[in-house]
Amino acid sequence: MQLYLPIADLPINVFLVLAMGAAVGFVSGMFGIGGGFLLTPLLIFIGIAPAVAVASVSTHIAASSLSGALSYWRKRSIDPALALVLLGGSVVGTVLGVWLFTLLRDHGQLDLVIALSYVVLLTGVGGAMCYEGLRAIRRARRGGNATLRRPGAHTWIHGLPLKMRFKRSKIYLSVIPVNIIGLLIGFLGAIMGVGGSFILIPILIYVLRIPTSTVIGTSMALTLVTMVIATILHAVTNHQVDAVLALILMIGGVTGAQFGAQAGHRIRGEHLRLLLGLLILAVGVRFAVELGIKPDDIYTIRLSGGGA
Amino acid sequence: MIRRRPLGAALLALVLGGLGPAHAERLIVSISNHRVTVTSSYSGEELVLFGSVERDPDTVARRGGYDMVVTVSGPRADMVTRRKERRFGIWVNADSRQFLGVPTYLAVSSNRPIDDIAPADVRRRQQLGIDNILLTQRVGTDYADVVASDPFRRAFVRLRTEHGLYREAANGVTFLTPTLFRTGIALPAEVPTGTYEVDIKLFTGGVLVGHTQTAFEIVKIGFEQFIATAANQHSLIYGLATAIMALLTGWIASIVFRRD
Repeated sequence: MQLYLPIADLPINVFLVLAMGAAVGFVSGMFGIGGGFLLTPLLIFIGIAPAVAVASVSTHIAASSLSGALSYWRKRSIDPALALVLLGGSVVGTVLGVWLFTLLRDHGQLDLVIALSYVVLLTGVGGAMCYEGLRAIRRARRGGNATLRRPGAHTWIHGLPLKMRFKRSKIYLSVIPVNIIGLLIGFLGAIMGVGGSFILIPILIYVLRIPTSTVIGTSMALTLVTMVIATILHAVTNHQVDAVLALILMIGGVTGAQFGAQAGHRIRGEHLRLLLGLLILAVGVRFAVELGIKPDDIYTIRLSGGGA
Repeated sequence: MIRRRPLGAALLALVLGGLGPAHAERLIVSISNHRVTVTSSYSGEELVLFGSVERDPDTVARRGGYDMVVTVSGPRADMVTRRKERRFGIWVNADSRQFLGVPTYLAVSSNRPIDDIAPADVRRRQQLGIDNILLTQRVGTDYADVVASDPFRRAFVRLRTEHGLYREAANGVTFLTPTLFRTGIALPAEVPTGTYEVDIKLFTGGVLVGHTQTAFEIVKIGFEQFIATAANQHSLIYGLATAIMALLTGWIASIVFRRD
């Protein structure tokens, strides 16, 4: 069934977009991530303009992270204090990111920077997760204990001043690194058009040593707020949010996410991390290959203004 | 020359497209639809333009028969064409050209290859065929159209053609009788909304003998128009409404699928 999108200005197959939303929703429900890094490239692939894709995906992520966040809230696994401190940094980062986004777009190097950040971050994070997942699986096979969090194993980060007690996470931590991480995530999110949970979750677990129980819920709450802000900002500055596209994506996404979450419960934690690591790594490698090989067409056209 | 005529005759001449005494032929044309509406089921459309050549009985009969070139140009916009180059092992955008006020849609139809219809200087002057249509580029601080073989211009035309937005058909115009003609205007689904100008030129023996213009528009109506207007003119409300829609969808989903 073809449907004409009012903002993207092209007809799409409703079932194809629903299926894409559901597939990405399944993955995001399974791993507790937003899935923007998968959905945005998919939409661009079916011919939707990158600006419309990024803007509409942020709306979709807002919806899926709310339904996720609500269920984590009921399980009391969101740390509101931690989310607020992260958010403080993230707002500043988003503003910086949007500024750089505009600057790069004017110089025609936005695509390159997006591709490079995808390559560096996805291969880095994906590689580290694969390595860690494999090690955990090997450790589990040998029958050793597979705990990731070693209590008392503090790094220099835990010695920073301005400490604050995050009750729900049962951790006493300086607000400086939390703010900086929030800033980094907001900055990357604005540039790459992703929620950033796939970077945030590992940082919170491995660097700040925050218990896994509150990490996913808190990261979802943060994603929810930043994506709502991003939706409104994109609508006001670029007029590129396609509500119809977003709604189709959402319906597919929230449905897929439920099944994904069920599937996620059945898979063991270390296998899940290995799978997610492989997925992230694969997307990163795809972007790397694309940069390295000669493109099919070395020319591209983009609208730069005027009356269209 | 029009100014000297009575107003009624001038209007008639404009409507019918007669261009004054220089041309003995008058063109009368009509488009099947002057207002293409974009609705949720829109997936492109094909318009038909038909018309006839009205000849002044006093003029001598044309020997070679008529040739016709129909140029349809969509709303104009600025576009940037970029070229990638290999730098430090990766492909990056290196060089770029800005095309200023170029048609977003361009279709040239004729009854036979344009090269056979008119000599090169006429083709250039009358902008016949995509190669001869002015596509203004900004080169540094200069504004100019370059030769048709310019790599950026060629790439630009090629990319637009691949999307069906630029097209050239040497057999697009059919003469049903020596004076009665028809042509199709194919509009792919991706065509932008706005006003489309149709320029019809009649030649005989390589000389322009008749010229007329008409237009049609592509507009969004109903729900599509409502969304597009809201997004552009009430962007804050639209953004807030979209965000609320997202939150509602998420909330409903969490209720529907609630298991605890």
